[in-house]
Amino acid sequence: MAILVDENTKILVQGITGSFGGRHAQLSLDYGTQLVAGVTPGKGGQKFADKVPIFDTVAEAVEVTGATVSAIFVPPPFAGDAILEAVDAGCDLVVAITEGIPVMDMMRVRAAMEGKKTRLIGPNCPGIVTPGLGKDSHGGCRIGIAPGYIHKRGKVGVVSRSGTLTYEAVWQLTNLGLGQSTCVGIGGDPINGTTHLDVLKMFNDDPETEAIIMIGEIGGSNEEIAAAWAKENCKKPMAAFIAGSSAPPGRRMGHAGAIVSGGKGTAAAKIEALRDAGIEVAKNPSDMGQALVRAMG
Amino acid sequence: MNIHEYQAKELFEKFGVPTPKGKVADTAEQAKVAAAEIGSNIVVKAQVHAGGRGKGTFKNGFKGGVHLVQTPDEAADIAGKMIGQVLVTHQTGEEGKLVSKVMVADGVEIEKEYYLAILMDRESKSPVIVASTEGGVNIEDVAEHTPEKIFHQAIHPLLGLQPYEVRKLSAKLGFAGDQAKQFGKLLAALYRLFIECDCSMVEINPLVTTPDGRVLALDAKFDFDDNALYRHPEIAALHDPTEEDPREVEAAKYHLNYIGLDGNIACLVNGAGLAMATMDIIKHCGGEPANFLDVGGGASQEQVTNAFKIILGDPKVKAILVNIFGGIMDCDVIAKGIVAACKEVSLNIPLVVRLEGNNVEAGKRTLAESDVALISADTLADAADKAVKAIAA
Repeated sequence: MAILVDENTKILVQGITGSFGGRHAQLSLDYGTQLVAGVTPGKGGQKFADKVPIFDTVAEAVEVTGATVSAIFVPPPFAGDAILEAVDAGCDLVVAITEGIPVMDMMRVRAAMEGKKTRLIGPNCPGIVTPGLGKDSHGGCRIGIAPGYIHKRGKVGVVSRSGTLTYEAVWQLTNLGLGQSTCVGIGGDPINGTTHLDVLKMFNDDPETEAIIMIGEIGGSNEEIAAAWAKENCKKPMAAFIAGSSAPPGRRMGHAGAIVSGGKGTAAAKIEALRDAGIEVAKNPSDMGQALVRAMG
Repeated sequence: MNIHEYQAKELFEKFGVPTPKGKVADTAEQAKVAAAEIGSNIVVKAQVHAGGRGKGTFKNGFKGGVHLVQTPDEAADIAGKMIGQVLVTHQTGEEGKLVSKVMVADGVEIEKEYYLAILMDRESKSPVIVASTEGGVNIEDVAEHTPEKIFHQAIHPLLGLQPYEVRKLSAKLGFAGDQAKQFGKLLAALYRLFIECDCSMVEINPLVTTPDGRVLALDAKFDFDDNALYRHPEIAALHDPTEEDPREVEAAKYHLNYIGLDGNIACLVNGAGLAMATMDIIKHCGGEPANFLDVGGGASQEQVTNAFKIILGDPKVKAILVNIFGGIMDCDVIAKGIVAACKEVSLNIPLVVRLEGNNVEAGKRTLAESDVALISADTLADAADKAVKAIAA
């Protein structure tokens, strides 16, 4: 068992008829993921790639296909509404890929999700991959935009705020022969659904995961909070990398949440918290895989 | 996105946040007319985004970007010395900022200064009001030395500002009677503005009381959520590109995420996290990054070409490091973009390229078969090392 999703998880895609959503839905199908439905209001009754049924509402898609997870590729102005629709339909997990959702919308969405069973990952994230056992990890569950072939089924849990930096880490692990249990991209926005700590706890409890790599960046205090918890509670070897040591203060580095403001959220403070928790911090981004090897002793 | 003080004042007026009377002026003549409406005790303030204006110096030698004068003629004289001149403050860097407008405002008498701000707090996932009895100074200093003088109130995202929250803050700041009422109205208006305009921060420093009992916002600083500007065209229109690095303005045209820095190794990367990490490793290897540049997850050949032109337009750049992890993005698209750019712009500095991922063999072939002189690298560390050494050589 990996965390959050496995090869049997049935997923639906909101925004499947858009070019971005459609392209990645196809890549997930090619990877062997159980993509069972698409949702685009007004296009119910059509089929995606000649086989995946499209519905007008998430509620219908869930009822007919039994999908439990929704991937959101809806444009920013409509993404908050799309997340709430998936929550209302009773999805266990919603993975919001959309970049550029107004913070005010996410604030309200999070408040409205209070007390609901649905977990949100993202927004502005690459998604989740639980690699499969086939060639180039085929047959796994790929939700989002990550390249499937770089993965390898195994025992390392990966959690990160970034996209390509995560691929870099995964690729380093795969090339070292270290496969992954699940890779989770929590996203680069200031208000998101799931934190490093949430994912860390899941990996800690997952019998298949034997080591964890956590990738963070400047801004906020998520990494410090996770480090403090790990110091007391994490039973598994951990490595980490923090991006943005060289970033100037007060500037948003691409991700809406990647900003050092008022002296808070610096890479130095995060690295110190990680080291204090006994976590092996990679010297540079080329060293992420090796750092985990050192952590595993 | 930031705006000018006079624009902030106009927003305050629209939402009913009381501020001293004042107008913006493009010329000394306009400043004189505006000052005549005020009479005496007139403040003339240079309009640039940077802080520290009062202690700044103009490149023509004139001292101070904020002046208090008594007559319209004096206001015109001061405005004439500021408009069209470059103001250097501790926040502008030595190149300074061109002043094209001044604000002429009533220099109200101040009884006491306070601090009031609303910001989007990522930890509580809600707006938080920050207030202090210590205004007119750097709030970070107050937070460090006398944190007990700063009050926080998180506001429920769905309920909004409640009357008891206003009363609580008002009492903590020591307002009573009519001033408590004025403060309550001001805070309610400010909260409405914060929510309706999708602000990520609005800061009044100082908020003041006057000897005749008024409560006024004397200055304002805004930061808007860039992701929400699509639904506020009137706020997006306040954007002043002359306040920004021209390289960043140019990059924005092509939807490239670029931030100019002071180093000499330019980088071109896909993805924000990897772009930051690339800057970090340049520094780790003893170099200095010239920029942050994220070409995005699905960059086109044209975007890559334009990114190259922007990088090469920076005279400080002595080497270029291209770091692409083509997950979904085709490495060959990047390679073709590089070749096309090098044809248009003569490349006379070292170019280090590290390609990895999807269709990487085709990308490497495209580069090898072109006549572009480049240094290829296998890993990120190898690439950074080669870029640093290429400059040293």
